[in-house]
Amino acid sequence: MREIDVSIITDKIKELCINANCVLNEDVYNAINEANKNEASPIGRNILSQLMENADLAKSKFKPICQDTGMAVIFMEIGQDVHFTGGDLTDAINEGVRRGYTEGYLRKSVVSDPLIRVNTKDNTPAVIHYDIVKGDRVHIEVAPKGFGSENMSRIYMLKPSDGVEGVKAAILDCIEKAGPNPCPPMVIGVGIGGNFELCAKLAKKALLRPIGSHSHKEHIRKMEEELLEKANMLGIGPQGLGGSTTVLGLNIETYATHIAGLPLAVNVSCHVTRHGECTV
Amino acid sequence: MNITTPITREKARSLKAGDMVYITGVIYTARDAAHKRMLENLEKGIALPVDLTDQTIYFAGPAPAKPGEPIGSVGPTTSYRMDAYSPKTIELGLTCMIGKGARNEAVIDAMKKYGAVYIGAVGGAGALLSECVKKCDVVAYDDLGSEAIHRLEVENFPGIVIIDSRGNNLYATEPQKYKK
Repeated sequence: MREIDVSIITDKIKELCINANCVLNEDVYNAINEANKNEASPIGRNILSQLMENADLAKSKFKPICQDTGMAVIFMEIGQDVHFTGGDLTDAINEGVRRGYTEGYLRKSVVSDPLIRVNTKDNTPAVIHYDIVKGDRVHIEVAPKGFGSENMSRIYMLKPSDGVEGVKAAILDCIEKAGPNPCPPMVIGVGIGGNFELCAKLAKKALLRPIGSHSHKEHIRKMEEELLEKANMLGIGPQGLGGSTTVLGLNIETYATHIAGLPLAVNVSCHVTRHGECTV
Repeated sequence: MNITTPITREKARSLKAGDMVYITGVIYTARDAAHKRMLENLEKGIALPVDLTDQTIYFAGPAPAKPGEPIGSVGPTTSYRMDAYSPKTIELGLTCMIGKGARNEAVIDAMKKYGAVYIGAVGGAGALLSECVKKCDVVAYDDLGSEAIHRLEVENFPGIVIIDSRGNNLYATEPQKYKK
């Protein structure tokens, strides 16, 4: 049994929140750079150049890339041989978010009740997912997620008879309907299988995978490549003003499902798709 | 093209979809909560905190300013969430909205009827756009935090006219040119 004081988790979460919001991950930055070389629209190229300039400025001044520094989504993979000491783990995670968003000059975008809507003024609580794994380590992933794109996300409870073609059509329909709203070029996370709630979680996890990485399943890898190409033929373009760069990356995660169902979740994200990770 | 606020109805009508503009002068931020409060108060007979005649509203909620800076990152938020309110603010005198993303028919009809323009700023370029803000003060609803109404003094704030007062709409016309 390995003991870990929860104050270590607080410090790591704080640091990850600030870094993820101020420094654009290399995979996303490189994808924008590559797209800029091939974008057909002159306005599109101008916008992509501004996005790179913005990311450079945010990094050099260490300020948020986007003012929507998101709701903090946190994936905790906890080794089953770990024993946390020094307090409540969930409280420690939220304390890390509180300090990160306050000390890092990040925007506080969370309201305590979805209907009464009073801002908590410290961006807590976070959305936290816990998984128990083997070993004595803790792996932390922090993904601040803006809501311009989150609002464009969809869940489809398809039928087995809808099949692969039904899944592809729904994903492309979701992207097309999102249009200019989620700050294209987008990054798309897809979850297929599981049940109602698991497919959504898989779609979120798919957004954590680097752009350009692929599923190890051959049929899924092919679907990722085909859908990326088709999405970029929709014409939406940077900021929805037309062009050949609509989606920078499209990742799919899958899970077993029920004989009666084909659950599908499409989590739309923007060109500021952020995440940071560390292992304790 | 350089434009200076306040923007008259006449000036708003002269702007055309596709025009690249650089805005200088005073603009006001307001997003979901501020719009809701303004218009609910108006129904109760409470005057708006800002006279909207010939004014510009930037749909945005800034990140906090670091010491020595006037404002934190401040890009546009998605505008359709203000579609429920914009026909009324336009009727009250608003001539210019800055945001990103699609608007509905009711908003476009009000823009045509009264003479108003919808300008897109680059969504997600909050750090870059904050460089154009020289001064920032909260003028109303301080309790809303980032969603308070902020008065911004901007210089050469870049945007593109997406929907003009004739209803021409780049979101409707431009993607078609690149669709395969």
